[in-house]
Amino acid sequence: MATSSVSKGCFVFKPNFKKRKISVPIEDYFNKGKNESEDSKLRFETYQLIWQQMKSETEKSHSGFQKNSRDWGCQIKLREIPTAALVLGVNVTDHDLTFRSLTEVLQNNVTPYVVSLQAKDCPDMKHFLQKLASQLMDCNVDVQSKEKESVQVTQKKIHYSMDSLSTWYMNVTQKTDPKIPRKKRTPSSQWQSPPVVLILKDMESFTTKVLQDFIIISSQHLHEFPLILIFGIATSPIVIHRLLPHAVSSLLCIELFQSLSCKEHLTTVLDKLLLTAQFPFKLSEKVLQVLTNIFLYHDFSIQNFIKGLQLSLLEHFYSQPLSVLCCNLPEAKRRINFLSDNQCENIRRLPSFRRYVEKQASEKQVALLTNERFLKEETQSLLENLHVYHTNYFLVLRCLHQFTSSLPKYPLGRQIRELYCTCLEKNILDSEEYASALQLLRMLAKDELMATLQKCFKVFKSSSEKQLGNTAKRIEEFLAQFQSLDAEAKEEEEDTSESQSKGLQKTDLYHLQKSLLEMKELRRTSKRQTKFEVLREQLVSFIDSLVREYLLLPETQPLHEVLYFSAAHTLRQHLNAAPRIALHTALNNPYYYLKNEALRSEEGCIPNVAPDICIAYKLHLECSRLINLVDWSEAFATVVTAAEKMDANSVTSEERNEIIHARFIRAVSELELLGFIKPTKQKTDHVARLTWGGC
Amino acid sequence: MMSKLESKEDKMLEVQFVGDDDVLNHILDREGGAKIKKERAQLLVNTKKIIKKPEYDLEEDDQEVLKDQNYVEVLGRHVQESLKNGSATDGGNKVYSFQNRKHPEKMAKLASELAKTPRKSVSSNLKSDPEITIDIPQCSKGHSASDKVQLKNNDKSEFLSTAPRGLRKRLIVPRSHSDSESEYSASNSEDDEGVAQEYEEDTNEVILSEQIQAQNRVVSAPVCKETPSKKMKRDKTSDLVEEYFEAHSSSKVLTSDRTLQKLKRAKLDQQTLHNLLSKVSPSFSAEFKQLNQQYEQLFHKWMLQLHLGFNIVLYGLGSKRDLLERFRTTMLQDCIHVVINGFFPGISVKSILNSITEEVLNHMGTFRSVVDQLDWIINKFKEESSLELFLLIHNLDSQMLRGDKSQQIIGQLSSLRNIYLIASIDHLNAPLMWDHAKQSLYNWLWYETTTYSHYTEETSYENSLLVKQSGSLPLSSLTHVLRSLTPNARGIFRLLIKYQLDNQDNPSYIGLSFQDFYQQCREAFLVNSDLTLRAQLTEFRDHKLIRTKKGTDGVEYLLIPVDNGTLTDFLEKEEEEF
Repeated sequence: MATSSVSKGCFVFKPNFKKRKISVPIEDYFNKGKNESEDSKLRFETYQLIWQQMKSETEKSHSGFQKNSRDWGCQIKLREIPTAALVLGVNVTDHDLTFRSLTEVLQNNVTPYVVSLQAKDCPDMKHFLQKLASQLMDCNVDVQSKEKESVQVTQKKIHYSMDSLSTWYMNVTQKTDPKIPRKKRTPSSQWQSPPVVLILKDMESFTTKVLQDFIIISSQHLHEFPLILIFGIATSPIVIHRLLPHAVSSLLCIELFQSLSCKEHLTTVLDKLLLTAQFPFKLSEKVLQVLTNIFLYHDFSIQNFIKGLQLSLLEHFYSQPLSVLCCNLPEAKRRINFLSDNQCENIRRLPSFRRYVEKQASEKQVALLTNERFLKEETQSLLENLHVYHTNYFLVLRCLHQFTSSLPKYPLGRQIRELYCTCLEKNILDSEEYASALQLLRMLAKDELMATLQKCFKVFKSSSEKQLGNTAKRIEEFLAQFQSLDAEAKEEEEDTSESQSKGLQKTDLYHLQKSLLEMKELRRTSKRQTKFEVLREQLVSFIDSLVREYLLLPETQPLHEVLYFSAAHTLRQHLNAAPRIALHTALNNPYYYLKNEALRSEEGCIPNVAPDICIAYKLHLECSRLINLVDWSEAFATVVTAAEKMDANSVTSEERNEIIHARFIRAVSELELLGFIKPTKQKTDHVARLTWGGC
Repeated sequence: MMSKLESKEDKMLEVQFVGDDDVLNHILDREGGAKIKKERAQLLVNTKKIIKKPEYDLEEDDQEVLKDQNYVEVLGRHVQESLKNGSATDGGNKVYSFQNRKHPEKMAKLASELAKTPRKSVSSNLKSDPEITIDIPQCSKGHSASDKVQLKNNDKSEFLSTAPRGLRKRLIVPRSHSDSESEYSASNSEDDEGVAQEYEEDTNEVILSEQIQAQNRVVSAPVCKETPSKKMKRDKTSDLVEEYFEAHSSSKVLTSDRTLQKLKRAKLDQQTLHNLLSKVSPSFSAEFKQLNQQYEQLFHKWMLQLHLGFNIVLYGLGSKRDLLERFRTTMLQDCIHVVINGFFPGISVKSILNSITEEVLNHMGTFRSVVDQLDWIINKFKEESSLELFLLIHNLDSQMLRGDKSQQIIGQLSSLRNIYLIASIDHLNAPLMWDHAKQSLYNWLWYETTTYSHYTEETSYENSLLVKQSGSLPLSSLTHVLRSLTPNARGIFRLLIKYQLDNQDNPSYIGLSFQDFYQQCREAFLVNSDLTLRAQLTEFRDHKLIRTKKGTDGVEYLLIPVDNGTLTDFLEKEEEEF
């Protein structure tokens, strides 16, 4: 069946029911994509598993703050509407998700009457009430039997007022009252009946008039129509007072709820998903950079960030055959035993593994390259090493972050993800920032050091790893030493006071100068020697040694390709595409796509054999706002005939001209479709150019 | 005096071999000079200052330009990364820069330039022909030295054009360099270029005077006095914003007045166009095929990603219709799917939703509004999780689906878990349709599929510029309608046609006033009262054969909304028959 017609734009295709399979398993597509890929089914399953785990982790963080609103009291005073203002931040796309779960929570725990309105649905009071009423009735349908439906259809056309709403409410609550079991009502005992919750998703975009009127009116009806307002605010709470005059806002009893700012949200997501050894899947520096850049410079949307994460996970499992080993350690070890010969060959081909092999003794090299069993054993141990490396890595990273996040000017970044990025990018020991951070650490005061040490101690305590248990002990020791310093410091103070008392003797000017000089000398030499400074020096070098030992580049680890996804450019291509650039490149430099030597040309110049549309495009770049079609077509013809001349001169010139003209028409209408030109009536046979620039 | 003049002439000759920097220098010199003018109130001219200041300015400018370039480079780098291969793009600076004032004849020049470039076969060496390696702008520079200067003047023309012409003349006249002027124009006259020529000459002269001024600073100082102070405010040559408004302020666009009619190339209709184009042997078919094969390998991946909750959008030059068709036939044979031709002029969201409810879900009811219908569909799909639907939308960015409402609805559809959307976009600014909210609804994965295929199907509906769209259809309908009418009515209509054809060269023709028409009809014994005429006209109006318009004086004017060519054809046919 053809899909083009002059009378129809939609074509529905339904396969025969007999022929139709129940459902094609998705894995099939995963498999078919690459014939040679190994263990694809397993890989896909792993992908699904990890993704499910990751998703559940992220959802946990979402629900956290909603608990606040659940037990939010419903105290009602006379004439005051209880109002919750949710400050949600600028990541507008995530709000939907939040509101959806909030509605669910409210519906389950507080009241069946939850209505959410958006500003674009309510340009004026009438629409506002209409929307409110219709949604309220809909809520009710779920509770009540459906026989009322027919009545409601007629009701919808009625002009609503607050009066009618409240009478409706009375009816409903009275009717349902006997039905509701007693137990259910007890938690909200202040209410005779469940309140109506109205969520205004985007409070800023409501017109002030509508809001004000609605609040005033509904405050009059509060007795019969118990209402709770929830404002979704993207900017700042002040906006309430800017939108509503005092007379109106005094009718509200506002309580403010602040959601996590999107940056903190990102930090928690990263913390839970990436900065942990729990999930084996890791991102390389470039990929992480791409994702955070999209987040920070484009949309502030956690949802999109997670989408990017999902895509990179998918890509990783799709493109890397060895990703079958990207699962938790015991499972991976089990899987190694079942690896096929092909997969073993794949392992041998990994650059990081080759580097590892080269470092080994020669007989071991041979064994690794020829003996499958030996290879598998070695791989198991390497994977285990990798796992240990990650656990240590993140502990040390957190520890280092504790120290550097409080430094002035934040040489290594304020957020842990910045630190993580720098650590992934290059060896942190070589970076200037690290050196300056250490320099600054050497100048920290004691109480600051103590506080950070405490935090670090907690970090290490929280993990149950044995490898770094030693470190925790060292830190404890440091803490104890610092504390003991306190006592010593007191003694020292006494010493100094003694020496000062000596200095108060009567002297002449010469002696005073002399003693001052001596004191100065003394101070200079003894400055280094205070116990605190020695200890501090020790601590800094201890941290340095930790970093040296554990914060190694992932690329140095053998088999890191199994866990790290590094194809940043594909990610960028699919998430943050540049269609305009692609169009421009295709028109300006066809050789980029069509690898034909005849199309190769210098920058900014195209050969006359290029596709028609490229030539027309190139010519139109030379024009200003208006383009004369005749000139354009003649110029086009000049170019094209020049190209044609080399061809056989089979057709007559008249016919050839016609054909060239037709080609020109086609090119022009294609350019019009692409939005480069549009017809204009300013001058006959002219088109207007819609883009600027060009050479 | 004579010797002085001669020496000036000597320097005049140098003018023609000036490099870019010097030209810039001179322009800035003038600014510097103009600055001096302010200072002259306090002190006499200090020639050294004139020299120093401009240089300083120049440096500053250069730095600024450099900064811009850096910025652009950074932009470009992003692009390059995304395209994997840096050499392919010429960066964003060309796409996104502002419009410059263009030389009206530049297109023809470029065309000849391109035509000259000999066809390169694979074997031919690039370096064998110097012309190829030269960039276009450079090519035109290479013609002659005078041309070169002129070109640069063009670049600066927006700068100079602000000065009233009279002023510019005055700039030259008092110095009486008549001989040097004539010499210049002589060298210039070899490329006479119509409208722009005079204008250019003027600017040349100004530059010229600047040249002299720079060479001979003693003279320059008093001349500078006359530089309009307005110019000083716009002294940054790299001021893009100024350039933009400069280019857009002039309501007059210099283009030639030629029209297609003079060219005697009649508008082609769709069929002949198609026939003609079928004769063209496609070039690079091997490469196109290769591109397509490359994309076809992605089909399985697309299916996978669609099933995992992403939606796919294809972009890039060339029709993606065939590609999607192939995707459909290879992958979707066993699934319910709806193909939507966005380029179809009668498409609407309503019709998409209708085909889903009626044909996919077999629902025979009607809906009060599109939103209701959408809600119904969403509920249906949420209830029945086994239901799966693929939507293939060709040209999601088409005129009909572009609107905010439509996009919102399609986005909501696509956000359903068991509706999979794969769409293509072509318009340059298509991504502007979607704000963050919509983008998160769509959950796009972008795929670049540049195919270079012709948009045959997509443009066939379009009222293309040069295609005689309303050719055969109105003519046949005209004859059909008129055949069913009385001879009198035919006569009335013929009268109107003739009057309209007589006036076809009159651009201010708005139609035949009702009174005049009545008179004419009476004279031809076609009607006897204006009531009968009105009755006839109603008939025509019902068939959309005439349109009435109220003129400024309140009188009704009658017009046939059919183009004159068709009308002539119709009259000829009529005369043949009767």
